[in-house]
Amino acid sequence: MIYEPSTTAVVMFLVFVGGTIGLSFWLGSRAKSSQGYFAAHGQIPWFVNGIAFAGDYLSAASFLGICGMVAFYGYDGFLYSIGYLAGWIVALFVVAEPMKRLGKFTFADALNAKFQSRGIHLAAGISTLAVSVFYLIPQMVGAGALIQPLLGFPHWVGVVLVGAAVIMIVVTAGMVSTTWVQFLKGSLLVVFSFVLTMMIINRGFEEQSGGIDGHDFVEKGPFTPTQIAEQVTQLPEGLAADAATFPASLQNSLVQLKEKSRDHEYWSIDIVNESQAILRETQTLTKTADGQKLVNGEPLGTKKGEPELHPIGYISELAGDQTKTGSLGPLSFFKELNDSKIILWGNETVSHDDGSKTTVYYQKPTTGSSVLRPGTHPTFKGIRSDNFIDKLNFLSLMLALFCGTASLPHILIRYYTVKDEVSARKSTIVGIGAIGFFYVLTLYLGLGAMVSGALDVTDTNMAAPLLAKSMNESLFAIISAIAFTTVLGTVSGLILASAGAVTHDLLINFFNVQLQDHEQVRVAKIASVVVGAIAIVLGIVFQNMNVSYLVGWAFSVAASANLPALVMLLFWKGTTRQGIIAAVVVGMTSSLGWILLSGDTYSKVYGLAADQAMVPFSQPGIVTIPLGFLTLILVSLMTQPKSETV
Amino acid sequence: MQTRNARVGLLLFVIYLAFYSGFVLINTFAPEQMEVQPIDGVNLAILYGFGLIIAAFVLAMLYGFLCTTDGDKRSGGDQ
Repeated sequence: MIYEPSTTAVVMFLVFVGGTIGLSFWLGSRAKSSQGYFAAHGQIPWFVNGIAFAGDYLSAASFLGICGMVAFYGYDGFLYSIGYLAGWIVALFVVAEPMKRLGKFTFADALNAKFQSRGIHLAAGISTLAVSVFYLIPQMVGAGALIQPLLGFPHWVGVVLVGAAVIMIVVTAGMVSTTWVQFLKGSLLVVFSFVLTMMIINRGFEEQSGGIDGHDFVEKGPFTPTQIAEQVTQLPEGLAADAATFPASLQNSLVQLKEKSRDHEYWSIDIVNESQAILRETQTLTKTADGQKLVNGEPLGTKKGEPELHPIGYISELAGDQTKTGSLGPLSFFKELNDSKIILWGNETVSHDDGSKTTVYYQKPTTGSSVLRPGTHPTFKGIRSDNFIDKLNFLSLMLALFCGTASLPHILIRYYTVKDEVSARKSTIVGIGAIGFFYVLTLYLGLGAMVSGALDVTDTNMAAPLLAKSMNESLFAIISAIAFTTVLGTVSGLILASAGAVTHDLLINFFNVQLQDHEQVRVAKIASVVVGAIAIVLGIVFQNMNVSYLVGWAFSVAASANLPALVMLLFWKGTTRQGIIAAVVVGMTSSLGWILLSGDTYSKVYGLAADQAMVPFSQPGIVTIPLGFLTLILVSLMTQPKSETV
Repeated sequence: MQTRNARVGLLLFVIYLAFYSGFVLINTFAPEQMEVQPIDGVNLAILYGFGLIIAAFVLAMLYGFLCTTDGDKRSGGDQ
């Protein structure tokens, strides 16, 4: 899709980013000591800290990734919302208060409160870095995805811009500015998502035959099997030339017709009943051997009005004989959607003899009831299979989401910005309220985007901003700018967590470097710049991955590496220093290793076949989290101080 | 280390864990149950999902009310 920068968007964007950085400089003058830099002097009011939790947590992945996933696959994206929120229960009921009581700067402090061990600082510091970098990748990718439609710059410019802005925020004022940025952004995000949701419900649904650019997708037929067999250049697999009925497997098969108006023209088969099917228009994106891009047979344009892929996502049939529902309520929204028929899109890539490749985007007419149930997205399809391993994959992901939140370093450090345990508790409750409310909205936003007629068939991450665009231009500008600030805020928090780990855990506590207070701050700033630079590079490299998928990885690693140590330390007196180190190291390496050897990584990163993968399913949590606990218990038992007498 | 607040927290945690596990296990082993519509037109997947989010907030508030400052042995300067 071609995105034209709008003046409103550019102005709004500059106001947001400028305001954020200005605020940062202003606050920076008040945070000179290391206590101020890393923990905002422990003086953030609990309500502000609570909303800042929401700001930290509602990252680009939550906002862009979940909305995009719901918009393209329905209910499945909402499973992430549920898991992400449930994780806060672990944070509040189990981790929050002890974290505050035991630690000072980093979560390694809390782990190490009893032991004074350098090894714990080393292991926990490295796991903090690993998790933060994993979490950074999707944020940077999200930033690049946003800047493209907003300002018209290519992806890498967006990534570099975010990187630069964030480094500036972190370097100027550390945790003080990061907290206030998060507070502002958290409030804005929740408020405007609510506004957008109200508009969606108010707008209701309308029957369409194409997206908002006014292009109506053509359908031909209905045809009998023999009629189709006569028209096509090559019979689709499963259809005999003299067949009397359509086998169900033929649904959505692509065919080329003898009579065609352009190169690479495909039609998809949509079976109406046993003996009749219609042919639906597809869209094609062809990359020729010399790198040229063709959309629907014509060279891709650079300005509005020139050839581009048509926007998609609409309701083709409403319940009964209505063509427009008018304003709906929060529950009748689901009821109407449940009874209608929606055009979703799938894609398939075809290679040609001349070295060119065509991605064919085809319509998938889908009933509303099936987009409102889990199990459509490839990640979640497993729950509908009879194979137990596929089901395990789902269990594993839901477990990692549940355990991951309370182990994320950038969330944990926020417990050191308030003054005591009571404030830690209160701010978590505020956080749960704000985050929960937002996650309820994600389902409406995603489904609203699904039928907005404005989606970009090539980019799931843009669903939420494009939905806003279908309402009006200024809302699009605001939502995009908020989403961008979201990235800034979350990335600042992550970089700060990493810088804290480098300074406190690695340098001061492990290498015993003696640093004056102001030197600590300087070292942390240098570390921030380095981590920021790494994040920029990774953001460019991983450009084409859906952001919520990547966040799933970060949760798995965090949960496997950090949670066993944290929980056992709190609830088992027998936990030893060696046990904690072993649990963190084993949890981290096993989950990372599992991910690198998984089918998802094989197909999406290495470009290999998923079934060559060395582990049976992609999500590590269900194996590696218990493994972390087991390691801790075994090693602790072997290293008990009085083990000679046993 | 087992203060009154920590015990309350653990109890509420177990309640929520059961509720969440129910959701995950139904999804895993009986996904078709999620399509049942207890309210006309709104299926169990949506109701249970919203329920989990609301329950998290309700339990969090409940925890806030049940916790006493005495329960936090060392809660800063206020008593």
